[in-house]
Amino acid sequence: MFEATALDAKNQRDERLVKGAFLVMTLLLILPVMLILGVLIWRGAPILSIDFLFTEPTQGMTAGGIFPALIGTVWLVVVALVASVPIGVAAALYLSEYAKDNWLTRLINLAIINLAGVPSIVHALFGVGAFVLFFRFGTSILAASLTLAVMTLPVVIVSTRESLQAVPHAFREACWSMGATRWQTIRRVVLPNSISGILTGIILEVSRTAGETAPIMFTGATMFLPFLPQSVLDQTMAMSLHLYFISTQVPDVPDALPYGVALVLIGMVLAMNALSIAFRIYLRGKKKW
Amino acid sequence: MVEPHAPTTARPSVKLSVRDLAIHYGSKCALEGVDLDILQNEIFGIIGPSNSGKTSFLRSINRMNEMTTGMRVSGQILFDGGDIRRWRNVYSLRRKIGVVFPLPVGLPLSVYDNVALSPRLAGLRQRAELDEIVERCLTRAALWDEVKDRLDSLGSLLSGGQQQRLTIARALSQDPELLLLDEFSIAVDPVTTMRIEDVLKELRQEMTIVLVTNLVQQARRLASRTAFFLSGECVEVGDTEKLFTGEVEDSRTQEYVEGKFG
Repeated sequence: MFEATALDAKNQRDERLVKGAFLVMTLLLILPVMLILGVLIWRGAPILSIDFLFTEPTQGMTAGGIFPALIGTVWLVVVALVASVPIGVAAALYLSEYAKDNWLTRLINLAIINLAGVPSIVHALFGVGAFVLFFRFGTSILAASLTLAVMTLPVVIVSTRESLQAVPHAFREACWSMGATRWQTIRRVVLPNSISGILTGIILEVSRTAGETAPIMFTGATMFLPFLPQSVLDQTMAMSLHLYFISTQVPDVPDALPYGVALVLIGMVLAMNALSIAFRIYLRGKKKW
Repeated sequence: MVEPHAPTTARPSVKLSVRDLAIHYGSKCALEGVDLDILQNEIFGIIGPSNSGKTSFLRSINRMNEMTTGMRVSGQILFDGGDIRRWRNVYSLRRKIGVVFPLPVGLPLSVYDNVALSPRLAGLRQRAELDEIVERCLTRAALWDEVKDRLDSLGSLLSGGQQQRLTIARALSQDPELLLLDEFSIAVDPVTTMRIEDVLKELRQEMTIVLVTNLVQQARRLASRTAFFLSGECVEVGDTEKLFTGEVEDSRTQEYVEGKFG
């Protein structure tokens, strides 16, 4: 009575086959990550030390540490965040909580999608035209960070909007029917329940910003500076660009140096991602519905 | 039955007067040609199968249509004789109208904050007054004894039946003149349903209640007068007992209450 028919047997065989194929594809995904990390650690780890992180490059950038580049990247990321987070979160709140579905909203959504698709070198040239020349910020941290901000804005908006949309609509309806304004509803119910998701998105954006090279190349980051930036109008060194220069432009760089720089950069990014994963776990623990 | 187009001034006891109401979503008509009066301190039942326009009717009363893209309302709704669309401040209108949804919505706040939310939105800050409101509303919603020791725990973690009573307590915290219930018992066990029905019988002393229900017997138990909606049409309005004893104007009403369709 419970004998497998020929068709059952075939279905079971197919099931195992398909599952196996998907598993192989998924495992393939891990391979490049493992290879990159493995090679970086193998070649770069020997050069890492506290001194490497906290001293200046010396001897025409063929020796010494990466301190100015490290500090420069922090400057660039922080200023970019200060510019993009308020704008991005406000825009996402408008689009998610206020905007009606009309031609204007659709146009804005289209603009966001297209902005996200613009290649970073085009953003770089836009940054030169708009911030360096038109607004006369010169090549500076300010110009470079604003360029980064424009580039990451669509990511902030989309991730924030998704976090807001994850709050059930019924909560808003209940709140509105009590006589709450949209802003009261946002402040009391929507934001408290989406803030962790919003922060997660912002942290992921930080990790992306830290690694960008093209947008800062012409707008504010420079090859070598003997001093640390003192204000947002100074030029600065940056990790990503430093890696580019010592890999391609500077002669006689010891082999381990670029690997070391790459390892620190990827370490920063992974640390950021780890923070965002920790946030998400914390968020899941606090899920209230 | 209340005759349509009766001058509202001559009837001081009319709480809500609906004239020639029509509701559209885009080009789709959800409800049309509704004329009815809801009297002060009555429980007014609305029965009808799904998709008959009952929920849309409730949404038009507290102007929630303005929060829904594509929902248009035409005709007139008079609240205490005044056109709700002329109400200067829609938020003060909504505060006078409590709403209970089909699926209980315990906001992800503590039990206390759920009930205190509406007074706080209206600007109340004194802890003592809030405490008093929370206890009074939870007591009237027959929930106080079950939650008084855990007012700090999350409202959304209560059981379905408790959450629905929490929703009622929340609606009461607005001190509403009109209470709209939309199929409140759909996700609630029979015992809780009976408890809530007892609560409603008490509440009608103080407020007017519109009870949309998918259970015709619930309308019979509670409502003094009942309207029958079908496919976007208000088929008839009459004394509940008459609808159930066959004194109907439209045969479809009798067929529905007898369970022949829907």
